[in-house]
Amino acid sequence: MTHSHHQSRPDGAPVLKVTDMKKAYGAIQAVGGVSFEVRPGEIFGVIGPNGSGKTTLFNSMLGQITPDSGVIELNGENVTELGPLELNRKGVGRTFQTLQVFGKMTVRDNLIVAAQEHSGSMFSRMFAPSDSGLGAKADALIDQFHIRHVADKKAGELSYGQQKLVDIAMAFMSEPDLVLLDEPCAGVNPSLVGGISSLLKELNRSRGGSFVVIEHNMDFVMDLCHRIMVMVEGKVLAIGTPDEIRGNKQVLDAYLGS
Amino acid sequence: MKKLNLLFALAFLAALVVVPSFLKNYGIHIFTTWLVFIMATMGLNLTVGYAGQKSLGHAAFFGIGAYTVAVMLKAGFSFWLGLPVGASICFVVGLILGFPALRVQTIYLAFATLGFNTALWLVMRNEEWLTGGTFGINNIARPSLGGLSFDGNLAYYYLVLAFTLLLAVLLWGLLRSPWGKAFTALRDNPIRAESLGIDTRGYTLLSFAIGAAYAGIAGGLYASQVQFIDPALFTVGASIMMYLMVVVGGPGYFLGPVLGSAVGVVLPEWLRFAQAWYLFVFGAAVVLLMIWLPDGLLSIPDRLRARRASREASAARAAAAQSVAQGVKP
Repeated sequence: MTHSHHQSRPDGAPVLKVTDMKKAYGAIQAVGGVSFEVRPGEIFGVIGPNGSGKTTLFNSMLGQITPDSGVIELNGENVTELGPLELNRKGVGRTFQTLQVFGKMTVRDNLIVAAQEHSGSMFSRMFAPSDSGLGAKADALIDQFHIRHVADKKAGELSYGQQKLVDIAMAFMSEPDLVLLDEPCAGVNPSLVGGISSLLKELNRSRGGSFVVIEHNMDFVMDLCHRIMVMVEGKVLAIGTPDEIRGNKQVLDAYLGS
Repeated sequence: MKKLNLLFALAFLAALVVVPSFLKNYGIHIFTTWLVFIMATMGLNLTVGYAGQKSLGHAAFFGIGAYTVAVMLKAGFSFWLGLPVGASICFVVGLILGFPALRVQTIYLAFATLGFNTALWLVMRNEEWLTGGTFGINNIARPSLGGLSFDGNLAYYYLVLAFTLLLAVLLWGLLRSPWGKAFTALRDNPIRAESLGIDTRGYTLLSFAIGAAYAGIAGGLYASQVQFIDPALFTVGASIMMYLMVVVGGPGYFLGPVLGSAVGVVLPEWLRFAQAWYLFVFGAAVVLLMIWLPDGLLSIPDRLRARRASREASAARAAAAQSVAQGVKP
């Protein structure tokens, strides 16, 4: 735990707190007053049919768009107006729905570049050692993700599944407090889905951060998440444990049943 | 492979030191010009090839460097002051020119930088009190350092070679430092880069500023080399030519500018026999190159390696399929 953003949080207080967030596109209310909290160490799932506002919510939490109203707090600090760069520096990592590795860099360099800007100033890195002193950290993740055999290959030359693993590993390089995973199973071979799930559980155990996961694969979400929020038409239908969500009549009617 | 590269680099360096001493003035002039353009396009390669910012205004910085040295020499200042002042002005103006790049990209950025080049060319042409207008500035002196005079063509060539090596080493150091990765990340996927805490604004601006400073130093050295400059050297056409050198050599390859500048500076000399056909032959060669090697001359080894890798992979797949068909566990 080398970064300042790990230290300031009082125990038990939510890592992420979203209060009455709203965002409209013209006449369409994409997100209409959503509130929830993500606790330290928690894996929090967000599910809902297409058009339920998951992506808009996600983009707001990541600073890609600014909500019309509502407050987003990270470790008690209001971050509603911050952009992706500032949010990342404050300890928010993310993965994307589509692959976003740097294809012309090696796997190892992809991991190093994912954390190199987190210590010191830009000018302290000018002519600094190539791996920014992050080599050992990168190696630890490479082993944890079982991608040692491709570590020195260019990321663009790997299979889709391998690139997906690199993509996820990059989000963890800077030891974030909160990782937002946007459909981590999208496009992944079904045989790898179980592997990603156990990998994320292992990361959660060993590193202790909080995750927010958007995913369509229901088995994956039910297996992975501690709590799940169901969104329908821009509103929260239910928040609960996987068992509670499975047994919720409204959820079954609105989403699972269809 | 690494050893072979080192040997090749040393041999190339030795050739750069030895060959010009056997050449007549004209040959030395070509070699010096080649080096000057290597320096200028190394800077452009940083902006375009590594950081991915489409700049078509590089000749303007080349011009700022040349005119700063020329004007300051005429005003009685030392070359050794003029050169860093020119580079510094280029750095600042480059930083300012970087701001449009934060708003617009690709062809729109190219047009914005092209407009800047045209505006600067108009200043060079119209502000006669400063630049001599279309008559330019002549009798630009060559420098000396201590008791060492760089008046002779060969001596001046070695001075330019020293600057080229110095700038190359600095750029190499920068690119293998974390900055190199940040520039590449910015070029390949700025949105992802930002999500990893990379200050894409800062790196965009600095890729312009540093690239511009390289052009400024090259321009300053060029002014003393040719000893006469006028605005015609620094038109949009010259910028496009520099861009072409980067693209032909291989954008994002460290040695791309060495080859690209050879194509832009030396090849036209070889094509002199073709006389009026020269531009046609040159243009056709570039078109063919872009069709077959869109990533430039230096992409050839990478392409060969990729082809071999895919051949090996398909052979491995075929072998695996065969062993499965025979009921053997691969």
